[in-house]
Amino acid sequence: MNNIKVLMNGIIKENPTFVLLLGMCPTLGTTSSALNGMSMGLATMFVLICSNLVISLIKNLIPDMVRIPSFIVVIASFVTLLQMLMQAYLPDIYATLGLFIPLIVVNCIILGRAEAFAAKNGPVASIFDGIGMGLGFTIALTLLGAVREILGTGKIFGLTIMPEEYGMLVFVLAPGAFIVLGYLIAIVNKLRNN
Amino acid sequence: MEYLLIFITAIFVNNVVFSQFLGICPFLGVSKKVETAAGMGAAVAFVLTIATIVTYLIQKYVLDANGLGYLQTITFILVIAALVQMVEIVLKKVSPALYQALGVFLPLITTNCCILGVAILVIQKDYDLLTGVVYAFSTAIGFALALIIFAGIREQLSLMPVPKGMKGMAIALVTAGLLAMAFMGFSGVDGGLSYLFGLK
Repeated sequence: MNNIKVLMNGIIKENPTFVLLLGMCPTLGTTSSALNGMSMGLATMFVLICSNLVISLIKNLIPDMVRIPSFIVVIASFVTLLQMLMQAYLPDIYATLGLFIPLIVVNCIILGRAEAFAAKNGPVASIFDGIGMGLGFTIALTLLGAVREILGTGKIFGLTIMPEEYGMLVFVLAPGAFIVLGYLIAIVNKLRNN
Repeated sequence: MEYLLIFITAIFVNNVVFSQFLGICPFLGVSKKVETAAGMGAAVAFVLTIATIVTYLIQKYVLDANGLGYLQTITFILVIAALVQMVEIVLKKVSPALYQALGVFLPLITTNCCILGVAILVIQKDYDLLTGVVYAFSTAIGFALALIIFAGIREQLSLMPVPKGMKGMAIALVTAGLLAMAFMGFSGVDGGLSYLFGLK
């Protein structure tokens, strides 16, 4: 029961993108389409779950002084693993997401959860926290990507919904990322206050 | 001329914040006042330039020389973290005035993704050391410029009546979007300049 609560916490109450406003670089940089946003979200989720699990297991072995550097090494190892796996099995997506895959290392969500949750809780709860936060991030990125894709090109996940001529290209370009996220946050604020 | 082109392109055309989406966290986080924005910009310029030199040398003479290219991500992030600590210690000793100005921003820089991002980009673009340094420095200037303009607008914005739901981050992001749109006006300038300088 408690684990379900931890899971939902990451998706709704403390959604990393809309509520905590963490990890903004990949949020804006990779959401030119719903598929790209979802891939980035899942990639981050993979690293988050693995690092949460390992950190919760080794937390008692790490001296307090070198806590943060050790966490960073654990996270960076999983990012390297992810880079190699993606290069081998998903080269197209790896090429699209490009620089933002190695930059998962400096995504504040991951170090933040390691410090705030995994370092204080057991492995099972930490996995659930990783899944919850990862899903919250993935949902947010997919939503942002979907809105930008529909407004920009009239498609969603590559399926045409309205003719492409009606698309406003600016939403696929850089300014659209900022503006759509701004309005999505405003909508979420409104919903939370009610 | 080639360096001037890189300088102008990195600041205006491919601005690190508005077109590459790097360093968004400090861009949104420390942009409430022009003074702190300028301090953060200067700290980033300082660290980014040094970090690029160090990571470049490590990539060429340690990683590439030993076939350890796959350790790039781990090595770079540790080097940057250690470097930031060192810069802090050295600065405290050598120039207390500069430390006073930049000190509070230094710990924040380790997790600024534009440092790691630019370090990796310099390697990916296969620049030589001097070009890489010029590129890193110009990128940092572009970051500082974006941050200071944005902070200036937000200072004004805090005095304006904003709809309740849009207060805070929402209106800031929309503002950033409009700024990014303004910066899009520079696209194509790089092509024109390289023609003008006779590089194409």
